[in-house]
Amino acid sequence: MTLAHARIGEYLTVEHIGGERSFRRRLMELGLVPGTQVEMVGVAPFGDPIELLVRGCSLSIRRGEALWVSVRRHRDVAASCCEDKALSVAVATPCGSCTSR
Amino acid sequence: MTGGDTAAVVPSSSGRPTHPLVVVVGNPNVGKTTLFNRLTGKNARVGNYAGVTVERRPGRLRLGEGADAVSVELLDLPGCYSLSARSAEEQIAINAVLGFGGNPKPALALVVVDAGQLIRNLYLVLQLVELQVPLVVALNMMDEVDDDPPSPAAIERVLGVPVVPTSARQGVGLTELKQRLLEGLRQPPLGHVRVEYPAPLERDLGQVIVALPAAWRSTPARDRALALWSLTSIDEHDELHDVDPRLRAACLTVHRAADGRDVDDEVITTRYAFLDRQAGTMHTHVDQHLRKRQTSERLDRVLLHPIWGFAVFMAVMLVLFQSLFSWASPAIAVVEDATGWLQQRMAAHLPAGMVSDLLREGVVGGVGNVVVFLPQILLLFFFISILEDSGYMARIAFLMDRIMKALGLHGRAFVPMLSGFACAVPAILATRTMEQQRDRLLTMMVIPLMTCSARLPVYTLIIAALFPPAVGWWPVQGLLMVAMYVFSIVVTLVAAAVLGRTVIQGEHVPLILELPPYRVPDPRSILRMMFGRAGVFLREAGTVILACTVVLWVLLSFPRPPGHSPGESPEAVRQSALAYSWGGRLGRAIEPALKPLGFDWKIGVGIIGAFAAREVFVSTMGLVYGVGEQDDEAVPLRRKIQAERYPDGRPVYTPLVGLSLMVFFALACQCMSTLAVTRRETRSWRWPIFMFTYMMGLAWVASFVVYQGGRLVGL
Repeated sequence: MTLAHARIGEYLTVEHIGGERSFRRRLMELGLVPGTQVEMVGVAPFGDPIELLVRGCSLSIRRGEALWVSVRRHRDVAASCCEDKALSVAVATPCGSCTSR
Repeated sequence: MTGGDTAAVVPSSSGRPTHPLVVVVGNPNVGKTTLFNRLTGKNARVGNYAGVTVERRPGRLRLGEGADAVSVELLDLPGCYSLSARSAEEQIAINAVLGFGGNPKPALALVVVDAGQLIRNLYLVLQLVELQVPLVVALNMMDEVDDDPPSPAAIERVLGVPVVPTSARQGVGLTELKQRLLEGLRQPPLGHVRVEYPAPLERDLGQVIVALPAAWRSTPARDRALALWSLTSIDEHDELHDVDPRLRAACLTVHRAADGRDVDDEVITTRYAFLDRQAGTMHTHVDQHLRKRQTSERLDRVLLHPIWGFAVFMAVMLVLFQSLFSWASPAIAVVEDATGWLQQRMAAHLPAGMVSDLLREGVVGGVGNVVVFLPQILLLFFFISILEDSGYMARIAFLMDRIMKALGLHGRAFVPMLSGFACAVPAILATRTMEQQRDRLLTMMVIPLMTCSARLPVYTLIIAALFPPAVGWWPVQGLLMVAMYVFSIVVTLVAAAVLGRTVIQGEHVPLILELPPYRVPDPRSILRMMFGRAGVFLREAGTVILACTVVLWVLLSFPRPPGHSPGESPEAVRQSALAYSWGGRLGRAIEPALKPLGFDWKIGVGIIGAFAAREVFVSTMGLVYGVGEQDDEAVPLRRKIQAERYPDGRPVYTPLVGLSLMVFFALACQCMSTLAVTRRETRSWRWPIFMFTYMMGLAWVASFVVYQGGRLVGL
């Protein structure tokens, strides 16, 4: 699936970025490299552009270009958060669902 | 970029000794300009970047005490996330940092880093360290990460360059920063990072390194980094300047031979993997989620809400627009009254004659024409700097992007376009908030089509003189005014769509917008922005406006008529003088061109006079008809217009002529001040000339269609 198909509140992992070179390069330079976790935060009033949370930073891109970013959906938000915590020492604040467990 | 020759006073190309140069680099929204202002104090002016060259307005900074003190020049560069470049505009950063492309070579780079966005910010630092640029890192915004600060010492260990924790907003860490800069000038801090790239890429780098031009070659580490830069920047379609053809060929060969590998992906992913691995030791997190961010997210839930967010946005825009329209008018009236008062005093006290007239009408009038823009410029930049510094401007771009996309622009064009309804001059200055040169140009070219406040007196005069207040239940006059606004909006949208697809095509640039956390704007930055912009306008556009006022005055005052009969009224004297002047003759000369639009030569003179500013049409028509200078409430002028007849008895002004005239004023580029700021902002005469030509052409054709079409249907 692609970022354009993500629902609000979903957590996703970037698999591949396609499209024009300048777009792909710019997005990756902003830290959206394959393997990065992305949260779909919201959508602008007319349905475009979309707002993402990447590495703790809010980024906005248009739907047309979000089609170029293929992502993998996390089966379940809480699980993905805890899975990441187990894998890496680098998770900042627990997402809430982890602490409650 | 090696060696210790940098701290000494180096002679510039002009032979004049200059001070060592320190460039200030960093991502957007990291407080770079605030830090720059803090370091340089009051004397520094706002930096500007127009076109593809850095317009240098460096600030001066004294480092150290007594005999050891060194004075350096600090140059604030545009914010960037990376040094890789596609356009000449993005190339500014690498050229300025390395001293390429005719730029002076800096002795040191001061890299400003957002402590709350460490990894992404260190990406740029890593590029600079790889390029062996001597640098000092200011780990800024430490006040925002007090709940979980990264460790400066650990970052120093990882990258090998000095790192100073600062908070530019609160003025914290500046003394240490200056100390480290001074040390950096004496002993350039080069850093010691070697990122290992995948083996196939390392082989490619070898191929590119041998193709680097001799002028670019230096140490092996820097050659390798320049090869990386070339590989990630150069391709078939880039718009970079001064790229050696051999180097370009080598990069293209590598790209073609990559065989499914993506070089950009390899470079960027490897760098991020390196930084992410170090994140733990630097006491920071790959996925930081700070308190500051959480507050911003909570605010955004309201401010970006499809309904509430839009309501807040409309309210903010209403205040901005209302302030430009009505809050500025008392100040504008003061400027106009002061100009008028001064002119009267001069008339009373100076001996009558040509010099006195020139001083009064040309010079004082011209200065008045310049100063009159200041209230709106100051107000607009007051709002813009608050919107920018608070982070709300990015939200406006987010909210309005869908609409602006239809015009081939993006959300950031909205505020300048809206300001165009008040006045095109500050609106064109406001296009600076856009990053892409192409978007700036396109916005500038269509802004003068918006119904600015100077058109209103003209519309009011024509509507009041030629149209009945109401026909039956229809409030004709009010509807006409609304219609003129709608007309201008439609034309602006169409013009943007057409120009964006033809003359100002440019590359399609995808929107990638960062929504920075909300911050309280710093009053010092606001004042600096307001007066910096106003100063640039006065110095650079002001002189052109002044010169044009004088030329226009000469045109409408010379040659003087041979003499007049003693019994004539002063109004009649001025009427005949105007008819006799070059301007009057020019009006007659262009009459054949205006005839098909329904205008006579007197209207032609009014149109020429309106170049000073559109509302001057009203006072010029007052002179033309011998009723003295008039404002738009002028009843005598309205009567005169209603009564004006051709020799054969037909009325000169019919409602159809009025309509044609309003359409002409809506579209024609009749404002020398707009042309003057366009020249200032584009740094060329090409674009103001284009603006003038296309708008005049459009105005003529549209008026022709209205007038001739109206006659065909029997109006």
